[in-house]
Amino acid sequence: MTWETVIGLEVHVRLATRSKMFCGCSAAFGCRSNTNVCPVCLGLPGALPVANFEAVRLATRAALGLEFTVHPRSFFARKNYFYPDLPKGYQISQFDRPLATNGRLRIKSPDRGEVTIGMTRLHLEEDAGKSVHDRIPGRSAVDFNRSGVPLAEIVSDPDLRSPTEARAYLVALKQLLQYLDVSDCNMAEGHLRVDANLSVRPQGDSALGVKQEVKNMNSFAAVERALEQLRDRQIRLLEGSGPVELTTFSAATGELRVMRTKEESHDYRYFPEPDLPPLTLADAWIDAEGKALPELPAAKRARLQDEYGIRPYDAEVLSATRDLADYFEAVITAGGEPQSATNWVMGAVLRDAKESNGALRVHPHRLAVLMDMVATGVLSNQAAKRVFAELTSTTEQPEDVAERLGLLQVSDAGEISAWIDSVLESCPAAVARFRDGEAKLMGFFMGKVMQESEGKADPKRVKEILSQKLETVK
Amino acid sequence: MNGPLRSADETAALIVAVEGKGLNATIAFDHAVLKRQAEEITGRPDPTRLNGLAIGVKDNICTIEYPTTCASHILQDYRSPYEATAVSRLKDAGGIVACKTNLDEFAMGSSTEHSAFGRVRHPHDPDRVPGGSSGGSAALVATGALRVALGSETGGSVRQPAAFCGVVGIKPSYGRVSRYGLVAFGSSLDQIGVFGRTVADAASLLEVISGRDANDSTCADLDQLDAPLERQDLDGIVIGLPSEYFPDDLDPGIRAACDRAIAALRQAGASVRAVSLPHTSLAVPCYYVIAPAEASANLARYDGVRYGLRVPQDDLHALYRETRGSGFGPEVRRRIIVGTYVLSSGYYEAYYTKAQHARGRIARDFDDVYASGVDLLFTPTTPTTAFRAGERLRDPVAMYLADVFVCSANLAGIPAVSLPIGRTQGLPIGGQLMAPAYEEELLLDAARVLEERVDPIAEI
Repeated sequence: MTWETVIGLEVHVRLATRSKMFCGCSAAFGCRSNTNVCPVCLGLPGALPVANFEAVRLATRAALGLEFTVHPRSFFARKNYFYPDLPKGYQISQFDRPLATNGRLRIKSPDRGEVTIGMTRLHLEEDAGKSVHDRIPGRSAVDFNRSGVPLAEIVSDPDLRSPTEARAYLVALKQLLQYLDVSDCNMAEGHLRVDANLSVRPQGDSALGVKQEVKNMNSFAAVERALEQLRDRQIRLLEGSGPVELTTFSAATGELRVMRTKEESHDYRYFPEPDLPPLTLADAWIDAEGKALPELPAAKRARLQDEYGIRPYDAEVLSATRDLADYFEAVITAGGEPQSATNWVMGAVLRDAKESNGALRVHPHRLAVLMDMVATGVLSNQAAKRVFAELTSTTEQPEDVAERLGLLQVSDAGEISAWIDSVLESCPAAVARFRDGEAKLMGFFMGKVMQESEGKADPKRVKEILSQKLETVK
Repeated sequence: MNGPLRSADETAALIVAVEGKGLNATIAFDHAVLKRQAEEITGRPDPTRLNGLAIGVKDNICTIEYPTTCASHILQDYRSPYEATAVSRLKDAGGIVACKTNLDEFAMGSSTEHSAFGRVRHPHDPDRVPGGSSGGSAALVATGALRVALGSETGGSVRQPAAFCGVVGIKPSYGRVSRYGLVAFGSSLDQIGVFGRTVADAASLLEVISGRDANDSTCADLDQLDAPLERQDLDGIVIGLPSEYFPDDLDPGIRAACDRAIAALRQAGASVRAVSLPHTSLAVPCYYVIAPAEASANLARYDGVRYGLRVPQDDLHALYRETRGSGFGPEVRRRIIVGTYVLSSGYYEAYYTKAQHARGRIARDFDDVYASGVDLLFTPTTPTTAFRAGERLRDPVAMYLADVFVCSANLAGIPAVSLPIGRTQGLPIGGQLMAPAYEEELLLDAARVLEERVDPIAEI
């Protein structure tokens, strides 16, 4: 039997606010344990939440970028469960009236090409604290610095059809969130945490199979791996001992481990949060936020191809981040020729970024100057790469670097003639063979001349003059 | 605040005297703490509004001076690191936190018998209850040891004990006073209220603590209340008498006291007419779904993990079970269980959703009556006078029915006041006035006019 895999993802996105969702405490990561806390985020008796409007704005922006319908009126709700890292005994979230519903994201599926993945909802909620099991021997502790940090939970429809497609969705979602400046998307700091659910069904069936869930993964590779395991496990069950049961797993160690069974499954007893009024947003404000969205990846890819005549693949690479695309366009604005700018940015610039933690260290204007030097024959391509490497760690102008390194090309006919003469004199045998018709020795002479000039000779001029001289030799 | 103020020593001596007689109205009281605050006030260069007035604070309102226990073992030694907005405001105005007053545990009760620190005695009859849950504040003001005190209401917990003890109790509109620092019971109903010997005293305290607060998103965006109480008569005021509040089996003494008060309102110039609030009978059942539902979440934080009582156990679930099982008293446990039940999947629609609909109907009843040209409503505050201690402990529903005339105002979010309108068999009777939301100024004006025209201690 052929099986079809059906996957839905819930992504918890850390919104890039300075303060927490419901109090003024810093939301910074990596501070000393329990220093960014107050009565509100510690859940002390009598404390009350006040919604952070910046978090609302960022969540709205994310929703608009994902083509959700943003509701002018939504409600906070209490999700009740006991856990030591949840100080109030409930999480303030949104339930039956979320901020946004019915979004979508177009992705390039490795299996199916361009597909549109539907999104059920986007809602605001607060993060819990962090349980610490390895700090104090034999005891558990809780760090409440994370308690109350704002999250947007983005729930997809069950529209994904393979683990690799799920990963492609996550990559596209992350790119979009970064474009929108709503989250730093720092995976190591848990800015994107994923719960995934998966079921399989016979190909062609429309009813969904029994789904199983994997919770709280913070790398896309882990999601893909866990989903592959889950899919294989379910197919094995369905083809053998049968039936799949509703189960929740953790994939913390790379292996699926059962987290809790159906019998223990929570009844969260959601009800409207009485401490917060309905979240009301003016239509005009929502419209204004929509108009203020930046150009998003798909539109940018299309425009780069259109405007600069570059290939689809190149457009995709260059629009990987807003910064990179902006950089690319800045090089062109500064006078760089598009195809050459493409080659430079996708080559030297990206290589350097990899080594410098993503930083684009050579100002686009300086790169444009460098490219111009190549175009006008002042600098060879080879030499330009050396100059670029220097530019990453200096504030000197490209001309000065080329000069300092002695890389400026010589186009002067006299100087080039002298080098050529010297080469031809030193290799009489080769000259003789050339004269006898061995035309391919042209390249040999070129190389020798370049060597003689220590790479400074302008190859175009060398070729011209060399050809003339060899002609007379004949 | 009018009238001469007592010194800190005099106030302390009075509290010590009534507590010495077994009133049990305070949970925390320290003469030195009282005195130190009084000295700080005296040191201030400018005369302050409350000018050193000693104020009792219900022990579910966070204070720096004293622990905040909610009369529960689970918070027995809990000290809040911050104080409630209302407390900060009364201190800024020159008030003094005299003591923390006894209450039903987490404000759940109508008799102040459900306190981990023992029941409060009725100020006139030690075998009776002072009402609740703000019984300690009401009793202290009734004895005269304090002129004013803070209480809190979720379903009548200021007005009902005010009526039982023969003092004035005001429940402001929901959102009039910040709830920041009031330990939550039923968040959509909770509101800090005030007790006073007179309407004017209570109103002064309410003015000081009212007004917008950035720390409470449910607090209305309004300036401090200004209730000058200048009205001398009720000319042109229409007062409705809802028939549902005057049932045939109403205590005859209470009915007679109400009749006398209604005559006084007429004499003051008000026109009085019969009205109906048809969904009144839904109020108590509706309240006992919504308040426990919210309480079940609000009290989840007392888990033995971060503060308060911890009964150490080997595993987490046992820690929760033993801490909460032994830290909470029976009435609190009952309401947590009820609240958890009504929010459970499968029961939510039948209870919580239905109760929300009922709440909407109750609120609309008031809207309709006020829209029909009625300015205020007058009713008895309670169906009986103070009952005997122990009488209703084994019958929770009988206990809950003590709030039948008061909890509608909480469900509708409207302001209401109870003031003494006479006595029957030596026990005080409370009359209640209710107004549309945020009409405290008119409400308190009318209460003061009525206060002036009825003898609060005259036997019926």
